[in-house]
Parts: sequence; C-alpha cells; structure tokens
Amino acid sequence: MTLITYLGFILILVGLWGMLTNKNIIKIIIGFSIVDTGVHLVMVSIGYLKDRTAPILDSAVLKADAVNQVVDPIPSALVLTAIVIGLAVTALMLSYAIKLYEKNKTLDISTFKELKW
Amino acid sequence: MTTVLIIVLGVIMIVAAILALVQKSLLSAVIAAGAVSLLASILYLVLAAPDVAMTEAAIGSGLTTLVFLFALNKIRKEDKNG
Amino acid sequence: MVKKILLVVLMAFFMLMLLPFAKDFQAFEKLSPTAEKYVQDGPKELGGANLVSSVIVTYRGLDTLGEVAVLFIAAAGVGFFLRREGKNEKAARRQASQILFSGTAFLFPLILVFGVYIFLHGHLTPGGGFQGGVVIATAFVLLLLTDVSASINNSVLHLVESLSGASYVAIGILGLVLAAGFLDNRFLELGEFGSLISAGAIPLIYSFIGLKVGAELVGIVDNMREVRS
Repeated sequence: MTLITYLGFILILVGLWGMLTNKNIIKIIIGFSIVDTGVHLVMVSIGYLKDRTAPILDSAVLKADAVNQVVDPIPSALVLTAIVIGLAVTALMLSYAIKLYEKNKTLDISTFKELKW
Repeated sequence: MTTVLIIVLGVIMIVAAILALVQKSLLSAVIAAGAVSLLASILYLVLAAPDVAMTEAAIGSGLTTLVFLFALNKIRKEDKNG
Repeated sequence: MVKKILLVVLMAFFMLMLLPFAKDFQAFEKLSPTAEKYVQDGPKELGGANLVSSVIVTYRGLDTLGEVAVLFIAAAGVGFFLRREGKNEKAARRQASQILFSGTAFLFPLILVFGVYIFLHGHLTPGGGFQGGVVIATAFVLLLLTDVSASINNSVLHLVESLSGASYVAIGILGLVLAAGFLDNRFLELGEFGSLISAGAIPLIYSFIGLKVGAELVGIVDNMREVRS
C-alpha cells in the first residue's frame, strides 16, 4: 500500500538526518540501522497487490488459481537475505567502534583527525 | 480498519526513531531502535509476507539489540579499567 | 551557523531526490511476468508449497550463495578485530539470578527443537533456513547469558560452519552433474506435493544453510561478549 511506502521513505530521511547530525559513533550506527529498516519496508511494500494473500500454497490457495490470489514472492526473497546481511554489517561496524574507543578513550567522532587534510 | 492500524503504528515508529537519535542515554536509544524493528515486523504481516515478518522479528528486535548491548558493555568495562 | 544551513539544504535535496519515486508510485494490478512464471511453474517443476523458499533456494540460488559468502566475511572480520590471546582466567563476575537458571534449563531444549522444526519444514510453511538458524543462535545466546563460566567450544563451531558451507556447494555441484543445473533440486525424487519428504533437495539445502547461519551468528556474539583477561 502506498501508505507504507511513504512511511518507509520518511524513515530513510529520519535515519539520514540522524547520521548527519550526531557525533557519537554508536548513534551513527543506530541511524544506519533505521535507514536499513526503512529501505526494507519500501521494498516489500512494492510487491504488495491489493486484497491478495501470502505466497504459500495449501488448502486455502489452490495450485491452479494461484496466479490470481498470491502476492509477489520475489521482493520477500530479496528482503530476507538483506535483513541477515544488515545484521552482519552492523556487528562489523560495532567491532570497529570498540577498537576506535580503545585507541582514543572517547566515542566522539571529531577527535579522530588522522585522515583529515 | 487496517488504515487506522497502519497510521497509528507509523506515528509510533517515527516518534521512536526520532527519540532513538536524540536521546542522551545510549541505553534508551538502543532500546528505541529495537522497538522500531518490532513495529516494522507487524507491518510486514499486514503486507502478507510472513517469512519476512519472522526474520525481522527475530533479527531486528532480538539479535541486533543484543549485539548493541554487548558492545556497550565492553566499552563501559574498558572505561572502568583504563 | 553555516553548518545548520548546509544541513537543511542537504535534507531538502534528499527529499527532492526521493519525491519522484513517491509521487509516481501506483500499486500494481497483476503480477509481473517473471513472478507469474515462478508462481505457475514453481509447484509443478520443483514441488515446494512455499513459493518464497523455492525462489530463494533454486530460482535465485546464486544470490543465496553470495549472501552466505558475505555473512562469512563479516563474521571473519568481527573475529579478526576482537580476538584476544591469552588464557581464559575467570574474573569475579556476578552470578545470574535463580529465575534465569531454571528458565534456561527448561527452555533451551525446547528452543533448539523449535529451530530445527522451522528449517526442516521450510518448503511447506513460512520459515526456512534463515529463520531456523537465527532461533538456534538465540538458544545458544541464552545459554551464554546464564552460565557465566560457559564457553563455546571454538573448534566444534568452526567445524560445523565449514562443513555446512562445503556441503552446500557440494550439493550444488551434485545438481550440476545429476540434473539440469547448479543448485537444481531435482536430482532427488520430487515426492508427493505437501508431505515432509518432498520438493527434492530443498529441505536438505535449507538445513545446511540454517546450520551455517546459526553457527556464524553464535560465533559473532561469542566474540563480542566480554573476554576475561
């Protein structure tokens, strides 16, 4: 439905704004996770067709008539893998944050000046 | 009926997301982000995608919050030691 | 002050970029041609009742192989950064409460059986390898939280993970040799539609994916737990 697509876009914008304004590394990672959730909502909502049901064939949805009764299964498959990859990347970013904290004893990102020119 | 449900859940999600990024206490921010994922899994059920709803509920509001809390614990322990 | 104005301009720019997608979005009326082919031919050719599983495991099997590779690289990265050398001496830590002890003793085998049920029935009901693997990882994390002196046997974890990954590719090659293509599931009997032993090799592939994902997530959480030094 279009309402959920708009909600996904608003979540992406909120997450982007949070990533740009915060100085704490953990807050930036939280913002990234919110952007991820918004993108997945947009992708699954594109595959939705009005008044249809889930793509599982059983006694309620017969095999012969399935083309007219079932929601698109491809975006669900893509979003499934994307959610698991999002978790793995978040864990990797957090391990970076731990190592950066060990070096400088603070979580403020403006104290890391080695790459600035 | 479903429109009312989507609007109510949507408003709660946006408020929780803004709270997660504005709060000073890191613990509350992490739990608010877990709440956003939990409400998103309800919306996936409304969109007729049960596989995605199961995965999002288990990973988004379970393992992601857990990994964040372990990382916060490690940072706090380093602070006390060094 | 300049930073605030720049921030507002940047956010307005992002909103303008996303606006055409939002405005011209109309809900579709019928399935796209690719989805129509998958929905019509899927149960006949592959024999699985869960259409999303048959898309993930066979029709888009190469994408799942890539995802398993990305998960492995991320787990290797976390292990590389957070590994500590040295002996495991026990620091003084608080014992977990009694509720957690008795609750875990009761719940741990139940959660494990539930996870195995989810990925064994992946081709019939909603679920499959990823969800089952995550549930199994949650059971092990509960064990880690309760028993403060428990440690995961790292060699067993690595063995399970490597064997599952290698078997997944080996089954793919078996499909190449005995049936029509890489990760084709028709080299085993298709069986009767809707029963447990059906849909060829889809339950087998999904079990290996579930074991591998579960073992990897347990490894990631174990690395991030505080290390006794």
